[in-house]
Amino acid sequence: MSAEALATENDAPAQTGDRMQGARIILKALAEQGVDVVFGYPGGAVLPIYDEIFKQNRIRHILVRHEQGAVHAAEGYARSTGKVGCVLVTSGPGATNAVTGLTDALMDSIPVICLTGQVPTHLIGNDAFQEADTIGITRPCTKHNYLVRDVEQLASTLHEAFYVARSGRPGPVVVDLPKDVVMAEGTYNQAPHGLQHKHKTYRPRFLPDAGAVEAAVKLMAGAKKPVFYTGGGVINGGPRAVAALRELVRLTGFPITSTLMGLGAYPADDQQWLGMVGMHGMYESNLAMHDCDVMINIGARFDDRVTGNLNFFSPGSKKIHVDIDPSSVNKNVIVDIPVIGDAANVLEEMLKVWKARKYQADQTALKGWWRQIEEWRGKNCLRFDQRGKIIKPQYAIQRLFDLTKDQETYITTEVGQHQMWAAQFYRFNEPNRWMTSGGLGTMGYGLPAAIGTQIAHPDALVCDIAGEASILMNIQELSTAVQYRLPVKVFILNNQYMGMVRQWQELLHGGRYSESYTDSLPDFVKLAEAFGCVGLRVGDPAKVDETIKEMVSIKRPVIVDVLVDQKENCYPMIPSGKPHNQMILGPDDRAGGNAISGDGLALV
Amino acid sequence: MAKSAKTDQEPSANLYEGSIPVARLKDKDIYRHVLAAIVDNEAGVLARVVGLFSGRGYNIENLTVSEVDRDKQLSRINLVTSGTRQVVEQIKAQLNRLVPVHTVHDLTDDGPSVARELALVKVAGVGEKRVEALRIGDIFRANVVDSTTKSFVFEVVGNTEKVDAFIELMKPLGLVEVSRTGVAAIARGADGIEG
Repeated sequence: MSAEALATENDAPAQTGDRMQGARIILKALAEQGVDVVFGYPGGAVLPIYDEIFKQNRIRHILVRHEQGAVHAAEGYARSTGKVGCVLVTSGPGATNAVTGLTDALMDSIPVICLTGQVPTHLIGNDAFQEADTIGITRPCTKHNYLVRDVEQLASTLHEAFYVARSGRPGPVVVDLPKDVVMAEGTYNQAPHGLQHKHKTYRPRFLPDAGAVEAAVKLMAGAKKPVFYTGGGVINGGPRAVAALRELVRLTGFPITSTLMGLGAYPADDQQWLGMVGMHGMYESNLAMHDCDVMINIGARFDDRVTGNLNFFSPGSKKIHVDIDPSSVNKNVIVDIPVIGDAANVLEEMLKVWKARKYQADQTALKGWWRQIEEWRGKNCLRFDQRGKIIKPQYAIQRLFDLTKDQETYITTEVGQHQMWAAQFYRFNEPNRWMTSGGLGTMGYGLPAAIGTQIAHPDALVCDIAGEASILMNIQELSTAVQYRLPVKVFILNNQYMGMVRQWQELLHGGRYSESYTDSLPDFVKLAEAFGCVGLRVGDPAKVDETIKEMVSIKRPVIVDVLVDQKENCYPMIPSGKPHNQMILGPDDRAGGNAISGDGLALV
Repeated sequence: MAKSAKTDQEPSANLYEGSIPVARLKDKDIYRHVLAAIVDNEAGVLARVVGLFSGRGYNIENLTVSEVDRDKQLSRINLVTSGTRQVVEQIKAQLNRLVPVHTVHDLTDDGPSVARELALVKVAGVGEKRVEALRIGDIFRANVVDSTTKSFVFEVVGNTEKVDAFIELMKPLGLVEVSRTGVAAIARGADGIEG
């Protein structure tokens, strides 16, 4: 039989009761779960699975260059599609290399399935070649993990793993697969229908308590200075959550801010949008959070980047917290009305109650509140001066936004100053367009995430806004981009410093720039060419536009080395240990007694 | 030193009766709580629970785990922890989030309960001290489960305070070694907890 005929035959769905090898059970289960692409890297313990991949056409395998890249690529895929990302790595180093990606996915609540090879069951615990205690190592960095010891449990374990990864608060799930289990013959089982209701223990609450929603909406209706504070939970809630949020915000007329993770759920072009909240969030957002009387948190977790000093966090407000994960409630901030449920369901219920009770926002109070917000907006906290011959990083991102906003664009980032500038200056009007490492802050996230995003959206513009330090952490993935002809764009804001480290050293450590300057940087243009990509460089502000246009027009992977001001700092900023209402607006604002001191020095 | 949990309800100005009153959560006093978790009896489940406590910096004073239903493959973990109310609520929520955990019960908050532990206490001595140890053992209703001419092993059962007190009294009488089971706890009354 020809390879093609074999593949076609192997692509048929499996039925419960079919007998087959463990490796084929895996491929069939992935297909049944809707997986169309797996990011992975082969090795001894997973060879039978790779052999099975070879014999079929249903699932596409993307060969990365490092297992960390595989997990970030799966995250990019998951975040830009709302589907579960899928990873396949070998035992030992394959699994340990995946740990950073898994932790990243856990912190940002991204559904990922990571299949790890394992030495045969009879060798487990013997310090065999490429053996690692994957279950032990990944226990704290996954939502859940499984070791499959019996091929008869393989199919049902995989189905359960997908259910756990995508249900409730999503997260990464590892399935550890000893080689003998993968090679043994066993029975295929289809996923049970309505697994969600049948799972014996894991049954997250989707529908909110009606009394909690009633109380929340009543509180909202009586608010004089309300603010919506939304997070990644709305994005994870999917299109229904986003639509309901938009309707609710417009219906109430309340201002809305969001965390880094939640950008795009509410359109940045809208008048009610205040911009991002938090350490490098907008002045008006942070002040509104500080001064509000009712805070409506939808799917955010009161992260320390958002709250600043907890003792002074929004002291005068009543707080509503909508979250699917009960452990998020009252963890950092004690709230008045917790609402446990899926963001989409809760927001739809809130809309129903608001309409049914014919609630009206207090227009007079709201008008005054908006007047106050306009005053804060008047500070123009993102202002910067593009003068002279040096490109300001903010200017580069602003131009990137202006020149790419009219097409389908997905932005990923690395971690640092460029990430914050991207969040400030790239304005997202749609969800799932913004992929960034929020919770873990993983340098090296952006390029593999862009690759995963581009796989999911082959015709869209996918751009990794990067720094020259971060990009070097997973630069090997350029080779992946070239192999699969993925036209990802890497837009490097090159200031030759680990910019955020340098900024903190300037503000906190007397300008002693210990190890934050990168000597011996590669020539990024030649580096791009060496990988088979296109390299561009721009150092003249007048040429930024034409360079961006050229980058966008090239249908191949491109690195753009943007030489930017080395001294620029990211503002506005809530100094660590300070409350929201003590933001530094810019370098001239520091004299006002806002320097970081005391306990703030010890904070991250 | 942890206080025992308050049972009286503070007056609440709750906006929603289903929530824990803010004032209660803001209480900075440390309380001791006895928790019981019903979990799948599978490899690694104890590691998940213990890892949760060490990873998040929670305090475990006492932990016992044993299978309680062979047919359903269920184990019960009894856990004594202490923390502020906010922390204890976090612990419960975090435990509940673990996939193999069926239910978590707060035996301290959910009504009256009994807790017992067993200790084997080895005491060596002769003469008056040996007689005194036996006498105190009687008072504590401890059984002698091993004896030589110069030693006893007592089996003492009771709540943690009783066992502590017994051990304390044995110190001057020749205490050699202690082995304790940790706390088994159960709610009073006819109702059982669901698996």
